[in-house]
Amino acid sequence: MKVERRTLWQIFRVPLVLGLLSLLGLISALVGDGGYDVLSWVTLGTPLAVGGWYWLRRQARSGR
Amino acid sequence: MNVKLWFLIHKWTSLICTVFLLMLCITGLPLIFHEEIEHEFGEQLVAPEMPADTPAANLDAVATAAKQQRPDDVIRYMFWDPANHPHQVLVIMASALDAPPDEANAVIVDERTAQVLDTPPPDEGFMHIMFKLHVDMFAGLPGMLFLGFMGLLFVVAIVSGVVLYAPFMRKLDFGVVRKQRSPRLKWLDVHNLLGVVTIVWALVVGFTGTINTLSQIVLYIWQQDQMAEMTAAYKDLPPPDQIGSVQAAKAVSLAAVPQQKLHLIAWPGTQFSSPHHYAVFLKGTTPVTSRLLQPALVDAVTGELTDTREMPWYVKTLFLSQPLHFGDYGGLPLKIIWTLLDILTIVVLGSGLYLWLGRKSTVARRVEEVKSGGLIEAVES
Repeated sequence: MKVERRTLWQIFRVPLVLGLLSLLGLISALVGDGGYDVLSWVTLGTPLAVGGWYWLRRQARSGR
Repeated sequence: MNVKLWFLIHKWTSLICTVFLLMLCITGLPLIFHEEIEHEFGEQLVAPEMPADTPAANLDAVATAAKQQRPDDVIRYMFWDPANHPHQVLVIMASALDAPPDEANAVIVDERTAQVLDTPPPDEGFMHIMFKLHVDMFAGLPGMLFLGFMGLLFVVAIVSGVVLYAPFMRKLDFGVVRKQRSPRLKWLDVHNLLGVVTIVWALVVGFTGTINTLSQIVLYIWQQDQMAEMTAAYKDLPPPDQIGSVQAAKAVSLAAVPQQKLHLIAWPGTQFSSPHHYAVFLKGTTPVTSRLLQPALVDAVTGELTDTREMPWYVKTLFLSQPLHFGDYGGLPLKIIWTLLDILTIVVLGSGLYLWLGRKSTVARRVEEVKSGGLIEAVES
């Protein structure tokens, strides 16, 4: 079983993107209403959707 | 990197705060929707229908109506909340100006007719219990500060968790949840996945919660600092025997402050004012400016403006921490997202507890588990 070791960038790039999206969402709804609110729903909803999808999906292949 | 040290930090900060954080997450759920719940289940008080351009009554008449309703009480505050309670002024009265701060007898007056609409009893019931548990566990300021400290531990637990995420994920793809090996491995993966996607939200809600627990301390500092500066000329004067018109104070304040929406008027001698002033707190209309209250201090005898200043940074920080903690600033969809993120956080806390309780083991083995991406346990089971 040989699996290559991942770099910090490879490990954290997805969490980083999700974190930045969350931050954008938390701030945008404070800045204004209307479009800013919609932006916050989309950006804060993304980590939610990603977490939920990976958690609840049926496993395609058996675990490593 | 010292995985063992970070593991121990993560373990102990989590262990201390988890039970309280679970309580906060669960009691927080209904609180996200407190406006909707009160709207749906509470006795909904609606001011009578009148033409939309009906002007507001003289505030002195509003004050007189409240005093006639409760002749033995004094007025402490008037509140406005037109979004949720249009045309209503909430008058908060107490048996004396120096009665305990939580003594609050409410009289609701129609802003246009100065007629008393209702005298609601003190808060009780389910939502009040949830609120008190969430804010101070019925233990007053010490309880509040204790929960604030739990919030800080939660922040440390999150940060140390992120550090441990790196060695754990060295050989794993993002999002992997190994469901077939063992329950422990599955929940370890779920704990890591849900923890890492909720990091920023949990950090912000946790930290702003801690800031909110400092509200009484912030209020005290503001009184000693900016309020004392603004009212320095009155420092050695005895409190006035007779106070003048609150309507005049409102008019003077609206002329002096750019923000034009009334939020609160604090009577002289209350927590939010000096013994000599009406403190009129005004706010703006955008999501940010509607949180940043600005007080105008009006001499309660002469009716003249003494001073008005923007709040200092520490009060602004507190004001802006409130929406970021409550999630009430982006409509119903944001509240639903808040709820789901809260539920994911409950899963992270619960799975963390499960992983700790799960099996007797040594720290060395746990550290190996982190370093190997969970496989050391899976191989055995």
